[in-house]
Amino acid sequence: MSSVPAGLKYSKEHEWVRLDGDVATLGITHFAQEQLGDVVFVELPEKGATVRQFASLGVVESVKAASDIYSPVSGEVLERNVKVIEKPELVNSSPYEEGWMLKVRLADRGEVQQLLSADDYRAHIGETAGSGGD
Amino acid sequence: MTGAEALRRTPLYERHVALGAKMVPFAGYEMPIQYSGIVAEHRAVRSAAGLFDLSHMGEFSFTGREAGAALDRLVSSDIAGLDVGEARYGLLTSERGTIVDDVIVYRLATDRYLMVVNAANIEKDAAHVRARLDPSVRFDDASRSTALVAIQGPKAEDVLARLVPAARDLAPFGVMDAKIAGGDGVIARTGYTGEDGFEVFVRDDLAAKVWDALMAAGRDDGLLPIGLGARDTLRLEARFSLYGNEIDETTDPIEAGLGWTCKLDKDFLGRDAIAAAKERGPDRRIAGLVVDGGVARHGHAVTKDGEVVGRVTSGTFGPSVGRSIALAYVPAALAKVGTALAVRIRDRDVPATVVRTPFWKRGGG
Repeated sequence: MSSVPAGLKYSKEHEWVRLDGDVATLGITHFAQEQLGDVVFVELPEKGATVRQFASLGVVESVKAASDIYSPVSGEVLERNVKVIEKPELVNSSPYEEGWMLKVRLADRGEVQQLLSADDYRAHIGETAGSGGD
Repeated sequence: MTGAEALRRTPLYERHVALGAKMVPFAGYEMPIQYSGIVAEHRAVRSAAGLFDLSHMGEFSFTGREAGAALDRLVSSDIAGLDVGEARYGLLTSERGTIVDDVIVYRLATDRYLMVVNAANIEKDAAHVRARLDPSVRFDDASRSTALVAIQGPKAEDVLARLVPAARDLAPFGVMDAKIAGGDGVIARTGYTGEDGFEVFVRDDLAAKVWDALMAAGRDDGLLPIGLGARDTLRLEARFSLYGNEIDETTDPIEAGLGWTCKLDKDFLGRDAIAAAKERGPDRRIAGLVVDGGVARHGHAVTKDGEVVGRVTSGTFGPSVGRSIALAYVPAALAKVGTALAVRIRDRDVPATVVRTPFWKRGGG
C-alpha cells in the first residue's frame, strides 16, 4: 500500500479520513507512525463521545514519547477500534487498514474542505521531512 | 546545552549515518537514538546480539603505586579488593554522602586503573577527582581520544570470539588487554543491558575498524546496531540506575537502592553520612512499578488515593516485559512489593503496582 493512499483526506497533523456517506473512519498516517516509532499504547474516546475538528481526541504512545491525535473532523463517535487498543502495533504495521482508530458520524460535511488531498499531503510531508524534525 | 553549541561526533558518526540511524544531541554529542526501531533493536539484544557506540562515555586513567588506595577513598565499593583483570561497579560520592556519578573501575595492571564515567559528567567528575586525589597518582582524562564499542546479548561471546578468541575465558566483570582488528584494545565483560556482553575500549582511530569487524562477524547471528533508545529500555528492564534520573547529587545511595555498592567498613568520601542514612532508614525509596493503562514517563507524579506521594524517575514500555514499567521515588512505607499506587498520566490516575525488580532477568523471570 502507498504511504499516502489516494482517495483519503488528510490533516496537517498527520491524520487520515476515509469518507463513506456521513461516516468518517480515521487514523494516523504512515508518515506519523514512522515518526513515532513502535506504538505501544493508544487511548481513544468511547462510543457516544463527541470529537471536534483539530482538537485532541486521544493519545498515541510510542516507546519514545506520547503524542496527541487531533481529530480531522467533528462528530459523534460511532465506534472505536478495540483491536488497535489491544494490539497498538497495528498502527505501525497497517496504519490505513487494521490500524484505524475511530468511526465518527460527521457533524458538518463542510469541514472536509479544510482537509488536504493525497497530493497536498504528500507535498506537506515533503516539507516536514525536509525540516529535519524528529 | 544550547543549540548554538557545536555537537561533537564520535569516530563512528559516518557509520551511523550510513546505517540510517536517527541522530540526536546527547551529552554534547550527536548520537544514534535508533536504527531499525527501538523494539526490534531491544529484541535483538535479548535474543541475539547488539552493537553499541558508547564513545561519548568518559574514560579516566589512574597510574601510580598508590592509585588503588586513592581510588578506594573516592569510590564507594571495594576497589582495594580488585585484582589485576577485575572490574567493579561503584559510586563517586560527595562528602555529604550523595552521588556524584556511578562508575565502573577496572584494574588493568598493578599500578594502573581505568574508570568509566557518564558522558554528561566528564568535566564535573574530572574536577571532583582532581581536587581530592592523592598527588602521587597520575590522572589522565582520556575521554576525547578513547572510543567505546559494546557488544551485548547471548551471542556476544560467539561473535567477539571470532576476533578475540580469549574473550571466551573472560569472567563477568573481567578485563584484559587484547589485540583487536589489528590494534590494541582493552576488553571487559561488562555492560548495561542485563545481558552477557563485552565492552571494547580502543583509541579513536581504531574504532571504525573494530565496529566493521564486529558487524561482519555477527552478520549471521542477527547482530544489529543499537541506539540510545533501546539502550534505555534494556537498562530499565534490568533496573540499572541512570544518572540524572534515579541518581544525582541530591540522592543518597541507600534511598536509590545502591546500598550494596557501599563498603561501609572502609573509609571513603561520605562514608559516615551514608552509614547514618542506612542506620536511620530512608524516608523514600526507589520502587519498581508496572502501570496498567498508559506509559509512565520521567517526571510524572505518583499518587496514592489521589494524593501526590512521589515522582517517576524513569518510565517506558518494556518490550521484553510486555508492559509499561517505571522506577519512582515513593515514601519508604509505600515501596513494598504489592502496594497499589497510581501514576498521573495526562491528569488521570492510572493504576500501578509495586513489583519486584529487576523487571526482566536473563534466563527467565
